[in-house]
Amino acid sequence: MMLIPCPWCGDRLDAEFTCGGEAHIVRPDPATASDAEWADYLFMRKNPKGVHHERWFHAHGCRRWFHITRDTVNHRILAVYAITDSAPEAAG
Amino acid sequence: MKYSLWNLLRQAPRGHRDWPQAWRNPEPKESYDVIIIGAGGHGLATAYYLAKEHGITRTAVLEKGWLGGGNTGRNTTIVRSNYLWDESAHLYEHSLRLFETLSQDLNFNVMFSPRGVINLAHNEHDLKELRRRGHACRLNGIDYEMVTPREIKEIAPIINISRSIRYPVLGGAMQRRAGNARHDAVAWGLARRADEFGVDIIQNCEVTGIDVRDGRVTGVQTTRGAIRANRIGAVPAGHASVVASMAGLRLPVESHTLQAMVTEPVKPVIDTVIMSNTVHVYISQSDKGELVLGAGIDGYNSYSQKGGINVIEHQLEGLCELYPIVSRLKIMRAWGGIVDIAPDASPIISKTPVEGFYINCGWGTGGFKATPGSGWVFAHTIAQDRPHRLNEAFSLGRFESGLLIDEHGAAAVAH
Repeated sequence: MMLIPCPWCGDRLDAEFTCGGEAHIVRPDPATASDAEWADYLFMRKNPKGVHHERWFHAHGCRRWFHITRDTVNHRILAVYAITDSAPEAAG
Repeated sequence: MKYSLWNLLRQAPRGHRDWPQAWRNPEPKESYDVIIIGAGGHGLATAYYLAKEHGITRTAVLEKGWLGGGNTGRNTTIVRSNYLWDESAHLYEHSLRLFETLSQDLNFNVMFSPRGVINLAHNEHDLKELRRRGHACRLNGIDYEMVTPREIKEIAPIINISRSIRYPVLGGAMQRRAGNARHDAVAWGLARRADEFGVDIIQNCEVTGIDVRDGRVTGVQTTRGAIRANRIGAVPAGHASVVASMAGLRLPVESHTLQAMVTEPVKPVIDTVIMSNTVHVYISQSDKGELVLGAGIDGYNSYSQKGGINVIEHQLEGLCELYPIVSRLKIMRAWGGIVDIAPDASPIISKTPVEGFYINCGWGTGGFKATPGSGWVFAHTIAQDRPHRLNEAFSLGRFESGLLIDEHGAAAVAH
């Protein structure tokens, strides 16, 4: 159980949110992507033990998407940033 | 020493002090024919069948903690094979059949108890889905029959079949040959027999690196030094991505915390296993009398064996409505395990782009039932350098070809 600092609503319980999984996955051009590239885009994940950049959606609140950088071992939230921003360097 | 009535009587006058250790605690050698990463049930089964079926005994099973201390010791011990698709049905049925004779095979009582498993239907769609799955199972020679609410009530009188509850029981389907087994005993029995074949089970030995030269594996780096082997089978469950990344691979799995819990022990009240996908409740009773309950996964990536309390609350809400007599029972223990979930809720038992490196992962929320079957096909894959026909479809390549085996219906709750 975590407190998620929603950029719009402040600290809320994680039960109010939906996690959208790994962030910053770039969609290849479906017209030119090989099957391997497409499979990589659709299914392959880093799934790291440690720092993870991910997308979250405040489903039972402001209903906005945003990014979180979180440690998957101790659930410490290292950064919160806009859905349009790229991953912060300092947080890994 | 064989576990038999004769040896039991022989040991009795000596106060049972002369029983030998069930397995050795060896130092790692410099090299092996095969290294298995992970001494959970699946890893130990792989080593056991490598020795028994393929004559490969120069095997090391490397375990970062203690054997059977991961998901093998954290699941809810259910064994069944009522899966929808042919590929899964054949694999899980093979495993169920191995379970039926496992105690005799291992000379170790794994307490396999085919007490039946019932899946509940709470709406019309559930009923249709169960009928469909039942037809599919029977076409594959697997018993799975529809049961009415009244029949379910006769089998398990503690269930509430009133039509006035939020999710009334409209019916169910039962696999009578399914049931459960003692999870620790499965790990211990496999470890003991593998050890008798000469397999080195090396505990407290964490793999920290995998050596790859010219696209093929040559060995591993561990917290207890380097070990060489040309064939490495990784069975790391929740840490699949971590181990695969050491060989430069990414996998189509994500790790989540899955929780389970037990109540205080009570006298026998339920002698079958009942699961409900719709309200996410499943229940059985252990030999100690505890009601064994399974909750769901936390909805985000996690390598913490501790889950959210809201997930447990959600499970208990449904439980108390379906089985009102449990509402006064205390929960004694709740725990979590890290499960690696594949996009189609089916396992990956496969060769990889790295030669000599094999992966067995993605069992997600339901690996225990497959323990012997998984080891059996993985041993074949490693020994022959090609999959057995039972695990051919469970390849890494299916994510590229698109031939997924969608078992969300069979695995969503039923762990």
